[in-house]
Amino acid sequence: MLVPLSWLKEYVDIDITPRELEKKLFSCGFEVEELTEVGKEISNVVVGLVEECEPIPETHLHVCKVNAGSHGTFQVCCGADNVKAGGKFPVALVGATVYMTAKDHKTVEGTMTIKKGKLRGYESEGMLCSGVELGVTENMFPGAGYNGLLVLPEDAETGADVKPILGLDDWIFDISITANRPDCQSILGIAREVAAVLDKELKMPAMDYTETEVKKEGFTVTVDAQDICPRYIGHYVYDVKIGESPLWMKRRLALVGQDAISNIVDITNYVMLEMGQPMHAFDCNYLEGNAICVRRAGEGEKITTLDAQEYTLNSNNLVICDGVKPVALAGVMGGLNSEIRDTTTEVMFESAKFARDNIRKTSRALGKRTDASAKYEKGVDEYSTIHAMKRALHLIEELGCGKVSSTHVDVNSGNSVEPREMKVSIKRVNDVLGIEVPNEVILHIMKNLQFAPSIDGDELTIQVPAYREDMDSYPDVAEEVIRMYGYDHVVPTFMPDAKVTMGGLNRKQSKELKLKRALCSAGAYECIHYSFFSPSDLDLLKLPEDAPERRTIRILNPINEELSLMRTTLAASMLNAVARNQKKGNLEGRLFELGKTFIPKELPLTDYPDERETLCIGVFGEKESFFTLKGMAEKIAETLFVKFDYAPAKKTFLHPYQTAAILCEGEEVGYLGKAAYEVAEKLDFRTDAYILEIDLKKLESKYDRRASFTPLSKYPEESRDLALVMDKAITCGQVEDVIRKSCAYVRGIKLFDVYEGGQIPENKRSMAFTLHFVPGEEAFEADSVDRFVKKILKNLKNQLDIDLRS
Amino acid sequence: MNERLAAIRQEIMNGIEERATSRATAFELRKQFMDSKTGKIGQLMKEMKSIAPEERAAFGKSVNELKEWAMQQFAELDEKMKAKELELRYEREKIDVTMPAEEKETGNLHPITQVRNQIIDVFAGMGFEVFEPKEIENDYYNFTALNTPKDHPARDMQDTFYLSTEFLLATQTSAAQIHAMETKNIPIKMLAPGKVFRSDDDATHSPMFHQMEGLVVDKKITLCDLKGMLDVFVQKIYGEGATTRLRPSYFPFTEPSVEVDVSCFECGGKGCKLCKGTGWIEILGGGIVNKKVLENCGINSDEYSGLAFGIGIERTAMLKYGINNIKLLFESDLRVLKQIDDN
Repeated sequence: MLVPLSWLKEYVDIDITPRELEKKLFSCGFEVEELTEVGKEISNVVVGLVEECEPIPETHLHVCKVNAGSHGTFQVCCGADNVKAGGKFPVALVGATVYMTAKDHKTVEGTMTIKKGKLRGYESEGMLCSGVELGVTENMFPGAGYNGLLVLPEDAETGADVKPILGLDDWIFDISITANRPDCQSILGIAREVAAVLDKELKMPAMDYTETEVKKEGFTVTVDAQDICPRYIGHYVYDVKIGESPLWMKRRLALVGQDAISNIVDITNYVMLEMGQPMHAFDCNYLEGNAICVRRAGEGEKITTLDAQEYTLNSNNLVICDGVKPVALAGVMGGLNSEIRDTTTEVMFESAKFARDNIRKTSRALGKRTDASAKYEKGVDEYSTIHAMKRALHLIEELGCGKVSSTHVDVNSGNSVEPREMKVSIKRVNDVLGIEVPNEVILHIMKNLQFAPSIDGDELTIQVPAYREDMDSYPDVAEEVIRMYGYDHVVPTFMPDAKVTMGGLNRKQSKELKLKRALCSAGAYECIHYSFFSPSDLDLLKLPEDAPERRTIRILNPINEELSLMRTTLAASMLNAVARNQKKGNLEGRLFELGKTFIPKELPLTDYPDERETLCIGVFGEKESFFTLKGMAEKIAETLFVKFDYAPAKKTFLHPYQTAAILCEGEEVGYLGKAAYEVAEKLDFRTDAYILEIDLKKLESKYDRRASFTPLSKYPEESRDLALVMDKAITCGQVEDVIRKSCAYVRGIKLFDVYEGGQIPENKRSMAFTLHFVPGEEAFEADSVDRFVKKILKNLKNQLDIDLRS
Repeated sequence: MNERLAAIRQEIMNGIEERATSRATAFELRKQFMDSKTGKIGQLMKEMKSIAPEERAAFGKSVNELKEWAMQQFAELDEKMKAKELELRYEREKIDVTMPAEEKETGNLHPITQVRNQIIDVFAGMGFEVFEPKEIENDYYNFTALNTPKDHPARDMQDTFYLSTEFLLATQTSAAQIHAMETKNIPIKMLAPGKVFRSDDDATHSPMFHQMEGLVVDKKITLCDLKGMLDVFVQKIYGEGATTRLRPSYFPFTEPSVEVDVSCFECGGKGCKLCKGTGWIEILGGGIVNKKVLENCGINSDEYSGLAFGIGIERTAMLKYGINNIKLLFESDLRVLKQIDDN
């Protein structure tokens, strides 16, 4: 929120610098996002009295003798058409800085420093300035908008700095207001805090006025929707003379970026900025039926707002109506039909409280955010509702732009605007903080915050003003005390009364970390991808319509379609990550992600979905193959103390003959394989990629397995090499399986050669294995291993028609 | 006779001088003299029989002396040649030590995981256990129980992704506070690192990011304890000299609420580009658990109190490692991932 220092000073004496004030505000909870010095770019510009002014022949220029008071008298050349002897104008002395304008004399193009110069042979020491050159608008100073010299008042002291005269000696604080302090969304609200933190008195703005005898006979206000309009105050003002607002008001509005419109409209805007209460003024000539009615809009009811936009409403929207039709969209914007015009003579002022949620919904639904709606959304209190009306009526009198009638209608639900009493234990306040704040300090702080405190023993009694809706209990008091007392009083302690607890990772968390570390040591880099993905990712994976992965949870309000579905597989994100890397010239690498897939129990969600920890690995590059990735799968199994089995499998997005299902104790837990060439082509892969995905939740029950030790055999171990000839369709896994089942003493089976052609018949191939036999309780006999081999060969022959290679 | 011995001695000396260039030639040379059958000294021994008996002893002695001497010479020669050959071998095996190393590549944990682990290590030492927040939450846990009912303006502070009328993507890890208080016994000391989501996607915001929630519930927990705990945290994460500054803020679920700044670790508080000249960097938010939140979880706020804090993990990682763009953390560019190894 923008707060000009000059406006703030209206309510509180500030005797510190703007920078110091910024620090004070920061310390008590109001962060100044930006502190701007108005007129920062302007320097050394003073009031100049033109004593002589002679035209330079055959030019539009004049050569002037300018008296700059104590700075001296200078010859200045000037091209403006309104320069004249006896006039007072801003003169930029040599060395001064002002804005540089474009040829149109209106657009600012940076700043310039005034130097001595010569024009048409005439010396010129300085420059007479226009409003634009000083950054002054018509609203800041009348006449400043003229395309010529800015004319200063006759009583301006010659040689004096022009900045105070033009309102350029100000500072603007852009303050961020936390959601719990809607009462500070106004200059007065901030002034209250400043007064408290500076230990100064708050000077309230004048709110007095005199009502005439005049009444608007028969005028009624009804509120049909009191649940969302707890208070509505209307006051009738007549004999209105529409005109311009005074300079001081226009200047303040200009400082916070508001254009002056007309005295009546400016008063509503001014009061909203000053008190935080949005106000509205209706032209009574256009109110039909001598009535105001606050109600929910009918289905399809239409309103055209002040900015000439038409909206179709429904019963979620609150409208202000006259006896016949809607005349304002409550809390958002007035209607065009009853707006203030130059011809307006009678006005109905509105100051109301609307439910913040209702205003927010209307504002969101219609896509219409205004200063008023923003204030209502954050919360407007009923105290301000009453005071703002009083202040507006006072300003009507002060500006002399109308007469205040005695028709004042206040429809309310009986909420008090009187301070409410609150009692808290001082001990509990101090217990929250962990320090002992002296009672007199607490009293002083509470007094400064207008809480009218008293202390009796341990009991603090305060009177909470109605605008402090956030004050509820002792922690709120603790916060008020410490933010004013200073957080530097909080000293570090370490829970002297707390019980000792055991910390650290649980079994599952340490397992997952161990798994990640194992993958790193296998050369893989961890990545993190968004938990959502795109419908097009499902298509990339060529998943059929009925694939379980297509049963996704959809975000109702996604940022865009690409980020609209909760992931049911991590493979698509990984393939995309590989593609991004290849595009950037990283042609080989290993990536992994440990993330979640989201499996809904039902759609739309009425219960928590199943969030499944899932591991995905992507490897790519010339050095990679199905088997390098399988090596990583084995590393995972080793880390988790499980054994994986692999079976040929099909996946729509993987190579049909280089894909395996990963099984653990008979249950399918994942897959690995080479990315299909169609996918690779679509993603512009330059090297092959291989993907693995494992549902870790299925392995979670095995996380409590620990490393165990098998004593070494006391007896010698033996090895045998066997070269076997078999049908090409037989897999290595099948062979290993038969071998293992044939002999309990086989501890290791290692494939060391695969051979086709030569003496091997067509349709057959040879695989050579080293079998490692480990004895148990007793040593092998001389012919034990030979017998084992014989049995193995017999089983291989019987079950798979495998022969020993001759 | 003695002339012959002297000649052989001379011959050996010349041979060593002139013909022995390697161990092999030295061996050949040795054989020429020392071989028991064909060697010149060996043959002298055979001549013994033809020597007059009275001269035999003297002759034998002279030959033996020559033999001893020759063996000594050849042994020395062999040592010399061995040393020479070793030297040559070393020279042949000379390498350019400035050529690149052969590496077995080791990957890295993601910077977010690295920072997450570092934070967990600090608080695990203080007795915090780790709780895993859900990514999909319901409205009650994400907002209502955290003192942010439906029409609360604080809901506007966060742009929420909705999945149904009741379910949404967690906007903050704070929901874990409620789950923890509902399921765990007091005393509670827990950390909840998790993914959170807000409908914000621009140069400085990512729609998904990571937070680490911290919660303590016990007797007599105060703002001073929060300060003490966070002082330890910043010293471990940002360096020994780091200090914290608390300043007032607002979160619906803590009261009082504070924003916590750490003294700038780049300039030590003097003011620099990183801290925008202020000497302080905003790192986290926290406060004393709002008594309404305790009561929502059935905890007696007259008996117990708590503190809570939430750390932005991306922000911590970006500050620590000087990462200039949050988006880099989610693009999986190996050129980025390879740079940060702070395990």
